[in-house]
Amino acid sequence: MRADSMSATRLLYNLRFRAILYQVLAVGSIVLLGLYLFSNVSQKLAEQNIATGFGYLSREAGFVISQTMIDYKPTDTYGRAILAGIVNTVWVSAWSVVLASILGLVVGIARLSRNPLLALLAFLYVEALRNVPLLLYLFLWYALIVTGLPTVREAWEILPHVFMSNSGLTVPSLVWTRAHTIIFAALVLGGGLAVALRRHTIAERIKTGKERTTWPLIAFALLLPPALSFLIMQPEFTVSLPEKGRFRLTGGSQLTPEFTALLIGLALSASAGIAEIVRSGILSVRKGQWEASRALGLRDGLTMRLVVLPQALRVIIPPLTSSYLSLFKNSSLAIAIGYPDLVMVSNTTMNQTGQAIEGIAIFMLVYLGLSIAISLFMNWYNSRVALKER
Amino acid sequence: MTTATDIAEAQLKMPIRRDPGVERRLLHRTLKPLIGTPVNALITLVCLWLMWLGIKGSYGWLVTRAVTEGGAQACKVGQGACFPYYEAKLRFMVFGVYPYDEHWRVALAMILFLGAIAITMIPRFWNKKLLVLWGGTILTTAVLLWGGIFGLPYVPTTQWSGLPLSFLLSAVGLAFGFPLGVVLALARSSKLPAIRVIAIVFIEVIRGVPLISILFMASVMLPLFMPSGITVDKLLRAQIAIIIFAAAYIAEAVRGGLQAIPRGQHEAASAMGLHYWQSMRLIVLPQALKIAIPPLVNISIGFFQDTTLVTIIGLLDFLSTVRTAMTDPNWVGIAVLEGYVFAAAVFLVFSYGMGAYSRFLERRMRLGHD
Repeated sequence: MRADSMSATRLLYNLRFRAILYQVLAVGSIVLLGLYLFSNVSQKLAEQNIATGFGYLSREAGFVISQTMIDYKPTDTYGRAILAGIVNTVWVSAWSVVLASILGLVVGIARLSRNPLLALLAFLYVEALRNVPLLLYLFLWYALIVTGLPTVREAWEILPHVFMSNSGLTVPSLVWTRAHTIIFAALVLGGGLAVALRRHTIAERIKTGKERTTWPLIAFALLLPPALSFLIMQPEFTVSLPEKGRFRLTGGSQLTPEFTALLIGLALSASAGIAEIVRSGILSVRKGQWEASRALGLRDGLTMRLVVLPQALRVIIPPLTSSYLSLFKNSSLAIAIGYPDLVMVSNTTMNQTGQAIEGIAIFMLVYLGLSIAISLFMNWYNSRVALKER
Repeated sequence: MTTATDIAEAQLKMPIRRDPGVERRLLHRTLKPLIGTPVNALITLVCLWLMWLGIKGSYGWLVTRAVTEGGAQACKVGQGACFPYYEAKLRFMVFGVYPYDEHWRVALAMILFLGAIAITMIPRFWNKKLLVLWGGTILTTAVLLWGGIFGLPYVPTTQWSGLPLSFLLSAVGLAFGFPLGVVLALARSSKLPAIRVIAIVFIEVIRGVPLISILFMASVMLPLFMPSGITVDKLLRAQIAIIIFAAAYIAEAVRGGLQAIPRGQHEAASAMGLHYWQSMRLIVLPQALKIAIPPLVNISIGFFQDTTLVTIIGLLDFLSTVRTAMTDPNWVGIAVLEGYVFAAAVFLVFSYGMGAYSRFLERRMRLGHD
């Protein structure tokens, strides 16, 4: 009896036993909570007569999506509607990332300018964007486009054949055919070949110590696939130019006010963050590095490219990753101004089918998956530029 | 005999000789970055032009072209800022649909709350008495907002709106998110694999999805998870979502702090005979949290801005009341810019203030360590 209680106490003070006990308790309570919630949900769903499962994805959607990058009509399925939403999300995020990176780089360097006026302007730009919520800016840009710009009949021609009006931006576009897709693929292929060849050349040079002229071969690898496909496919380059008619604009492609407002809003607010990241990255490279590199006889451009940027990138990449990720997640604010992204399409789907759990699960999984994909890619890139410690 | 002090005194008495070239050099130093090279001169010109456009535009809108009297009609004709709109709608934009006669209560609560924040921001007051201060503030604020006792009429949460609601959502979110975040951070750096995995999954899932999806979950899915017959207030549901979201981000900031604490501190604590919770509470966390303060302040700024997202699930926060004011039939389509400029100015003041405070803290900590 006494021995039993002794051993029970001893067991309780055993570190291994306690570690296992804690973990079993934690996992057990989560499983119990999950079961409890599950039983609540199934009871509620049965009471309210809501169907479950993902069967609805293959049913006809029956709602219109105002703009899609892939073919979609109301008679298509819910699954296709959600796919169109995903493509829209990726499309607007990708363009915003490109714009934000360029703007952020320029503003970040401007912040460090020795010209006080330029530095001041860049500072004002960053603070004005960082301290006001993105959602407010989205509403503001949208309101300015819809109420501030002239009607289509009096559209402003801001550049030749680029029109701005309260129904968005109209730009010239290429009439895209299958031939163009093939040539594009050939271009990518040639680029890949050229990069591989160049790598090989450098590796050879390091191994043998002999410099060999290989650039003609690389140029050949780069140009051959596109040239071949061009000759075979014989594509036509028809550019559709927007023209102002009596009542509407014809031709070109139309960027809707929703897309334009979202693009501007996302790109501007992310560019402010990126500017700060670039600035701190460049500042993190010590002055001695510049001086040492000049002492070695490198010109300013080469100093920047070979000495400063590689070191600055190391500091820049990790925060840049999280800033791209937050841009991507912020694109979900599209629903506030009516751009049909993944969240908005899912929301319409949930309203029509009443299957909220499935709808939310789908878009959370998509965001999670894409977030993980982006961070894996950026981590891979980061490991390439990171300090190689031997 | 001359000593060192004598020399120093003699030097002090010597007249300061002014270098005649100093002013010229100063002028040269100021002007060189502005017009030193042709490119620089061009940049300066472009900047001056942009600034002139900005100042002319805002001055014209705010002062010369501003409509100061008359009603909606005058503003419809006028091209500048519409001050009658502010006169008519300011209280609605700030306090929303909270009963008009009770606005003083919210205003008082907000003053108390901001006062408490101001006191908390001064490092000299960082001690246990702050907890008492905050306990008192929260209790008073809750009595003022809800009412129902001391002769104050009861105001349901459905009427809480405007700027006070934005403050409330972010403050309560951070207040509850903070302890939860610390626990998550500790769990994530725990040696027990199951606990670590639970924390990692929770944190990474929340950080991998947009806030709006968590708000949707709280507003649409949470009612389904509750047992029959129990309904959760809409405001509380949004608040829970914000707390969970805040906790995941706070956990990462705290984890950064935890990682910066050298192993020796843990080992020394164990050698002193402290068990896990004692060593965390007395040795590790005080140091880790101090390091995590600047990122935590930055997270707070972000959260204050992110609370605007509750607009999308239909709560009347500040941005939402500003937008509702625009749809007043008397003013619809007239004062769009006015509303947004006002809201932006309010956010700018608070966020910039907090950002400046964060920079002050960082400077202070750097000085403290060296």
